[in-house]
Amino acid sequence: MRLRSLVAAVAATALGISLAACGGGDSDDASGGGSGGDQTLTYWASNQGTSLDNDKEVLTPVLQKFTQDTGIKVNLEVIGWNDLQTRIQTAITSGQAPDVVNIGNTWAASLQATDAFLPFDGDAMTAIGGKDKFVPTALATGGKEGTDPTSVPLYGLAYGLYYNKAMFAAAGLQPPKTWEEMVSAAQKLTNPAKKQWGMALAAGSYTENVHFAFINAAQNKADWFNGDGKPTFTGDGNVQGVLRYLDLMQKDKVANPSNAQYDNGTKSVNDFATKKVAMVINQNNADSSIVANGMKAGEYGVVPFPAPAGGEQVASHVAGINLSVFKNTKHKDAALKFVKYMTDAQTQTTLGKPFSSLPVLKDAKPVFTTDAAEAATFQDVYNTKSKPLPLVPAEDQFESTVGKAMNAMFAKIATGGTVTADDVKAALKTAEDQVAASS
Amino acid sequence: MRETRGFKIYRGVTLTVLGLFVLVPLYVMATSSLKPLKDVQGAFTWWPSNLTLAPFVDMWKTVPLAKYFVNSTIVSVAATVFSVAIAILAAFAVSRFKFRGRTVFTTTVLSTQMFPGVLFLLPLFLIFVNINNQFGLQLVGTRLGLIITYLTFSLPFSIWMLAGYFDSIPRELDEAALVDGCGPMGALWRVVLPAARPGVIAVAIYSFMTAWGEVLFASVMTTEANRTLSVGLRQYSTQTNIYWNQIMAAALVVSVPVVIGFLLAQRHFVAGVTAGAVK
Amino acid sequence: MSVATETAAPAPAKPARNRSRLEHRPGLNRWLPYALLAPAVLLELFIHIIPMLVGIWMSFVKLTKFFIANWSAAPSAGLGNYKVALDFNNAVGEGLLKSFGVTVVFSLVTVAFSWVLGMAAAVALQPEFRGRGLVRTLFLVPYALPAYAGILTWNFMLQRDTGAVNHVLEQLHLSDGGTFWLIGSNALISLITVAGWKLWTFAFLTLMAGMQSIPRDLYEAASVDGAGNIRQWRNITLPSLRPVNLVLVLVLFLWTFSDFNTPYVLFGTAQPPAGDLITFHIYNASFLTWNFGTGAAMSVLLLIFLMIVTGAYLLITGRRSRRA
Repeated sequence: MRLRSLVAAVAATALGISLAACGGGDSDDASGGGSGGDQTLTYWASNQGTSLDNDKEVLTPVLQKFTQDTGIKVNLEVIGWNDLQTRIQTAITSGQAPDVVNIGNTWAASLQATDAFLPFDGDAMTAIGGKDKFVPTALATGGKEGTDPTSVPLYGLAYGLYYNKAMFAAAGLQPPKTWEEMVSAAQKLTNPAKKQWGMALAAGSYTENVHFAFINAAQNKADWFNGDGKPTFTGDGNVQGVLRYLDLMQKDKVANPSNAQYDNGTKSVNDFATKKVAMVINQNNADSSIVANGMKAGEYGVVPFPAPAGGEQVASHVAGINLSVFKNTKHKDAALKFVKYMTDAQTQTTLGKPFSSLPVLKDAKPVFTTDAAEAATFQDVYNTKSKPLPLVPAEDQFESTVGKAMNAMFAKIATGGTVTADDVKAALKTAEDQVAASS
Repeated sequence: MRETRGFKIYRGVTLTVLGLFVLVPLYVMATSSLKPLKDVQGAFTWWPSNLTLAPFVDMWKTVPLAKYFVNSTIVSVAATVFSVAIAILAAFAVSRFKFRGRTVFTTTVLSTQMFPGVLFLLPLFLIFVNINNQFGLQLVGTRLGLIITYLTFSLPFSIWMLAGYFDSIPRELDEAALVDGCGPMGALWRVVLPAARPGVIAVAIYSFMTAWGEVLFASVMTTEANRTLSVGLRQYSTQTNIYWNQIMAAALVVSVPVVIGFLLAQRHFVAGVTAGAVK
Repeated sequence: MSVATETAAPAPAKPARNRSRLEHRPGLNRWLPYALLAPAVLLELFIHIIPMLVGIWMSFVKLTKFFIANWSAAPSAGLGNYKVALDFNNAVGEGLLKSFGVTVVFSLVTVAFSWVLGMAAAVALQPEFRGRGLVRTLFLVPYALPAYAGILTWNFMLQRDTGAVNHVLEQLHLSDGGTFWLIGSNALISLITVAGWKLWTFAFLTLMAGMQSIPRDLYEAASVDGAGNIRQWRNITLPSLRPVNLVLVLVLFLWTFSDFNTPYVLFGTAQPPAGDLITFHIYNASFLTWNFGTGAAMSVLLLIFLMIVTGAYLLITGRRSRRA
């Protein structure tokens, strides 16, 4: 009967296909089993370039050189940002992990608490070149204060205030040095009728929002966790810091309410690059996007993100990427050699440009841009005007609770509501309770 | 229902409203896939400023779409075939035999339909990992793990539907086969199955669609190498630009095989649902 | 022959449990059914039952980031996780309760919306007319479309500045074209629309299939008696569809309540509070914040709720669990 032969044919095909499924391209297991001689390291890299493929292209020659120098092969996988944290989580849970992995440096203290990563104690630190080679603020992000860090800095990033030179010149404005100057310049450059706004904010991205909550509060000398690691979100400095940022859309009206939908930084950078806004606050890796979207290198300038008059000169959190080694690696020495190689001056210079990163090594020069003024500004911010995000295990909870609370507040403002200082305080209290309850 | 004038008006209004409701998003999907990037970044227009097939070409490069396609196809086809086979056996047992534990089986199987996925997502993951550590059989980050998971997802509904469908096939057919010397399995193969063709097709379509469209487990159980389309399509929105035209083009390409297959077999699907749901 | 004797009695329309030859074969019949069931049972155990039991175990344990690397050593939390989840005075419990409320509203409205549309379409398509097949095919497309493709399209359409929905509203002078659909309080309406867009076609499919088996003569007799269309619908269609409707509504509700795809694909990581559905809320509480113990407790609570709803529903509608 026709049905019978059809079923038989399909069954045979399926059997064949599933045999292919078992075999085909899915070996993603732990550190390649090497004993002695021919070792292979598994390395999970994050997305720093323009695409995952681009990252692969950039890293492959660098890794090949490492193999040439040491005989150790490196098995590279590049993982996008919306997957990396989950992948690391599942690696920790299952024990099936790579040897070396890039992490967002703000995750360092949380990941340290899982006890799944190799602490860089005296011996390990010596093996990678010693702790003095790093910029101190960068190294401080590696783990909880007073403990051996479980990650070391790899690429540095910092926020800067990008401004459109032509728009500023046309309005006779100087790049702002204080918050108040920034707001007033933005207001002069806001003209909704002509679809031009003073600033673009990634107001729907909880990670971006919480970064600015942190920076603004730091400018007010306020902290988010006390010495015992307990959350202190409702301090006056925190509340005012958050409100000041929200007011850019609410009171000062220099940002398009549509920004409340921007759930990642690329959208606000796009607005800047297509000349719809005069300023954008972004990390220094915005350069490649800006140029890719139509603006030329000399058309924009960068100044440090300003503090209010009389506030602390904090212009950025210490952003960037750190490198960690999994504790259960079977190739500890090889992994440490790899970390040393990646944090060596030459590799850093090679990767600095394509990944638009700031140097994490003392005395190194930024190479991500040819604009000397811009390079100097960012390096200055990174080295002297930046503060690490709270180095506590609950840091990731802090980011998601406070960040999402700010998303909701921006949404309220965008849809016509008002957010007062009391509203901010109440929202931060809820966030604080959530963090306290889940620790 | 009589086709009175009132009814004709009702029909006209209903069909227009529902037709628009269904068609407009499909129209937007189709036209946006033919728009240049600046069209989808600016205000919405009903027709592209200039028709271009570029999104259909570029979308393969922005994200490894071909690989995701292959993965989804392999996983869905394998899950479907095995799910249908196992469901047929189980449904036959439930429909044709009286045995101890029959009610327990059917109630339990049906009730697994209501388990929220998040409840057993992490435990399933941990179990897979344990199996890997004990027996060396890799299930996480492989297509095999997904296949096993998906085929189980569609089992409850398939067994329920097929059992109902088998019930509506008179036992006289079985008996005729038995008289001819077949065992019960022979009766199944020669007589019951062919008569149950619409039901089998309905169940196969349902299983395939379940596997093709599943998002939650795919997002946790796959790695880049064996990622499926359901998770892969999200990659388009994380690039330096949001390539909406490519996203729409990809969504179109991803949907076309499933939709065409479904529509070709819809007659059988409807017949299967009719018999299975209406006992 | 025995076959002839057994079929001497008129065969009933519904298959009754006649004693058939199959049951007269001892030995084979004893183990065969179990053998046939074995693959299904094994898979269900392995993929559904055992993980669920492990999940229940996880809810009694303090499984946070500190223990996830060594999860078998996680300390017991007793009922601690449940207390946290159910303490409506603190942030976590309150969040769960709010999310539960949102999900209940979402489910009820979406199911009602889908059922009404499905019924309306099924009735409209009941009599034959030219092009009926085409319309029916069109209506099935949202069901056939993979969920994420449809949801992505709606996401694009609901964007504030570049979306089709605001464009249409502006052209029709119904709004100024600046409404936010994906953040703020409209998020729930968006969720309902997007989920309903696909769900109503399933209701339509099922109801249409059900209507096909209603005998024509019932309608003809009613017409002869002078009953109008609406009366016929009320007195014939609805009662005849009762068995189908009972199952349909329950299934629709359970599916909608557990819907993860719609919020996940529509909102991504930026979930607005107005659209915070419980499955995503739990996913957030376990995966995104590493609180697997609390997340498991919430999932168990959700499961208990769904079981209670199903049990109550079946009790009230008087259906006993029939053979599958």
